[in-house]
Amino acid sequence: MNSRIKTPVSRTIAVLALFCACFFMFTTVAVAGGTLRVATMGEPASLDPHKVSGTWENYVVGDMFIGLTTENQKSEPVPGVATSWKISDDGMKYTFMLRKSVWSDGTPFTAHDFVFSMRRILLPETAAEYASLLYIIKGAEAINTGKAKPETLAVKAIDDYTLEIQLTGPAPYFLALLTHYTAYPVPKHVIEKHGKLWSKPENMVVNGPYKLVEWIPNTHVKLTKNDKWWDSGSLSLDDLTFYTQEDRAAVQKRFRAGEIDVAMDFASDQIDWLRKNMPDETRIAPYMGVYYYPINSSVEPFTDVRVRQALSMAINRKAIVDKVLKTGELAAYSFVPPGVAYYDNPAEVTWKDMPFGERQKKAKALLAEAGFSPDKPLEFTLRYNTSENHKRIAVAVVSMWKAIGVKAELFNSEVKVHYADLKQGDFQVARAGWIADYNDAQNFLYLLETRTGPNNYGRYSNPEYDKLMLEAEVTSDLQKRSELMLKAESLAMRDQPVIPIYHYVSKNLVSTKVQGFVDNPQDIHRWRYVSLK
Amino acid sequence: MLSYALRRLGSAIPTLFIIITVAFFMMRLAPGGPFDREKQLPPEIEANILKAYNLDKPIHLQYLDYMKNILRGDFGPSYKYLDFTVNDLILTGFPVSMRLGLYAITIAIVIGVTAGTIAALKQNSLFDYLVMGVAMTGIAIPNFVMAPLLALVFGVYLSILPVAGWGGGAFKYQILPVITLALPQVAYIARLTRGSMVEIMNSNFIRTARAKGLSEKIVVVRHALRGGLLPVVSYLGPATAAVITGSVVIESIFDVPGIGRYFVNGALNRDYPVVMGVVIFYAILIIVLNLIVDLVYGFFDPRVKVE
Repeated sequence: MNSRIKTPVSRTIAVLALFCACFFMFTTVAVAGGTLRVATMGEPASLDPHKVSGTWENYVVGDMFIGLTTENQKSEPVPGVATSWKISDDGMKYTFMLRKSVWSDGTPFTAHDFVFSMRRILLPETAAEYASLLYIIKGAEAINTGKAKPETLAVKAIDDYTLEIQLTGPAPYFLALLTHYTAYPVPKHVIEKHGKLWSKPENMVVNGPYKLVEWIPNTHVKLTKNDKWWDSGSLSLDDLTFYTQEDRAAVQKRFRAGEIDVAMDFASDQIDWLRKNMPDETRIAPYMGVYYYPINSSVEPFTDVRVRQALSMAINRKAIVDKVLKTGELAAYSFVPPGVAYYDNPAEVTWKDMPFGERQKKAKALLAEAGFSPDKPLEFTLRYNTSENHKRIAVAVVSMWKAIGVKAELFNSEVKVHYADLKQGDFQVARAGWIADYNDAQNFLYLLETRTGPNNYGRYSNPEYDKLMLEAEVTSDLQKRSELMLKAESLAMRDQPVIPIYHYVSKNLVSTKVQGFVDNPQDIHRWRYVSLK
Repeated sequence: MLSYALRRLGSAIPTLFIIITVAFFMMRLAPGGPFDREKQLPPEIEANILKAYNLDKPIHLQYLDYMKNILRGDFGPSYKYLDFTVNDLILTGFPVSMRLGLYAITIAIVIGVTAGTIAALKQNSLFDYLVMGVAMTGIAIPNFVMAPLLALVFGVYLSILPVAGWGGGAFKYQILPVITLALPQVAYIARLTRGSMVEIMNSNFIRTARAKGLSEKIVVVRHALRGGLLPVVSYLGPATAAVITGSVVIESIFDVPGIGRYFVNGALNRDYPVVMGVVIFYAILIIVLNLIVDLVYGFFDPRVKVE
């Protein structure tokens, strides 16, 4: 049989066929439509944006509502309902120009909706957990604490499409903060009609790209395209299904079986298997958070800075991230993670580059100066909330401390008890973590201010630190503000009221079918940018 | 019989009252509160929340309010699932748990009793050893091992069943959870049946029945089983209550929207109303099921008169 192609016509057809075959084999075409299935790793407490407080809820409500600004794929602030804005010279007055848009029931959306929403989240009876994030708005704190009427809030509708907001100080992070769910608009006309039941699927009205269809507690939340959204033509996905299962091992199996397209988080102990078997689906990226051990600097002997320094120096962070965690976390020598907006490079401890052996010697010397010796060793309890990962890290840290003659006992308790005790200051050294609410160093550094209260677990109180942070708060010059915060951070890194251990990474499983999922330091993903191929 | 049942239910009211009171105060004695967390709430916001849930009142007033509400059938709001009341959660979750539980317990009775009876009749045979060996394994393997194993084999490797999910209650989503729920029950019932049947088959009245010339089938079915099933019947009361109220392990692994997880997660979250609601619900269920067992006893054992 002669298999050679002889005629020019048949040759042309063959070439075309080959080309088509290659095209279909090697190009991947995004197909409009389809349902994206996301495992959020947590049941939403609510779908009312004023009542939520977790990342797992943010993945759902973030595509139902859009604030004045919103996030792009990299989670940077871009215009949302506001198309443009003007900022006063002192950085304390923002004037937003809004687009003409409608709610999902067709009701026109106006600046008055924002006025209503911002007053609502601040009303004490709304009992919003995250309301304090908006305290930067003039009058907010007084309303939330019941000292002022909601009408006193400095958020004003100049006309239907112009909104003015006055701040208590220049906050360069304000546009980023407005992407947060606490600043989302909620429909006044629906809330007034249905009260608390407004967020039920049959009542809920949204202003974002997807609207609620179904919510079965402890199973899933389903959203579908909102055709009335201003840019609905740009949406690729028709529907979104969020599975709320928390069991990471089970979710990983569902992902392997193709029942889930994106899993937000996986169990760290699976990393070796995942790297080997699903390298393209395993996504690890720097995440804006710090894992640290606060030291209770209000109790003896931790009032002595030398003791705190010694404990911090003796921890081999590299061994913890490389040998214990193995998921690419960054060893932390500063409180603020690298890569935070308007903050050059975080202030690190001065002994970061000292070889570990020398650091141990120095730590021993510091303890000796503070009056501890092999006959009279430093003894205390290290507390952590029950979790396999926290335990592994605590065991490693305690053995590192043992090497400098410190006797630390481990004590674990369930999460509610742990944090109740931390709040009361009932601990010596404990485990804690912090994930930023918005991309700004202030969101980390305020934790060490005296006025912060319960979130300053270790009761660190340094007037100089407080003064620098207060000064930064009223400074509108970005460079100067950053310098002030750097100075404050370097004070804290000298005093070590907290022992930073590592900076978090985000860990997600993303199917290769999913396009438009971009890793970013806040691990916020808006599904309106995503498509399936 | 009806008056007996009513009397029993009447006497359950003080029991329930004690359970509610003890549970209410024990729950509050647990350290940590519903709003303690990594990101601590500013004091003024915590005050707003406590006020919204009436948690700022003295505890005895909270208790009185709670009792008034449950008399009206209102179990209150959940602190964790803000958009649902405890009534919503129980009413949507219980039918799911009950359906799975009833399937599981039915399978357990049919397979367990049959296997146990045959094993007893063929005592010390290969079949007996096999059934008892499998039953022992069934009891020994905990469900948190069995569930992921079944999901891995049938969901991931063979891809014939979903790994997890509820799919609106479609049949294929129920298979693995029901099997996992049923397995230890099958094993337990088989062992109970075998044990008591071995004893019964050696008793005098069975010898009499055989001496009368009755066929072996009638001896076993009509005479031996009635007595042999008594331990199984007493076991079924609490077992049914346990199975139809769901299991936190199975619901978490298979993502089943039942009520099993509310008890454990509610306690961990210090979600007081959810824990209380579930405790009261379980208590009522166990009281009713125990009553049913006692009534059924009268049918199996002629010596028991339900009056």
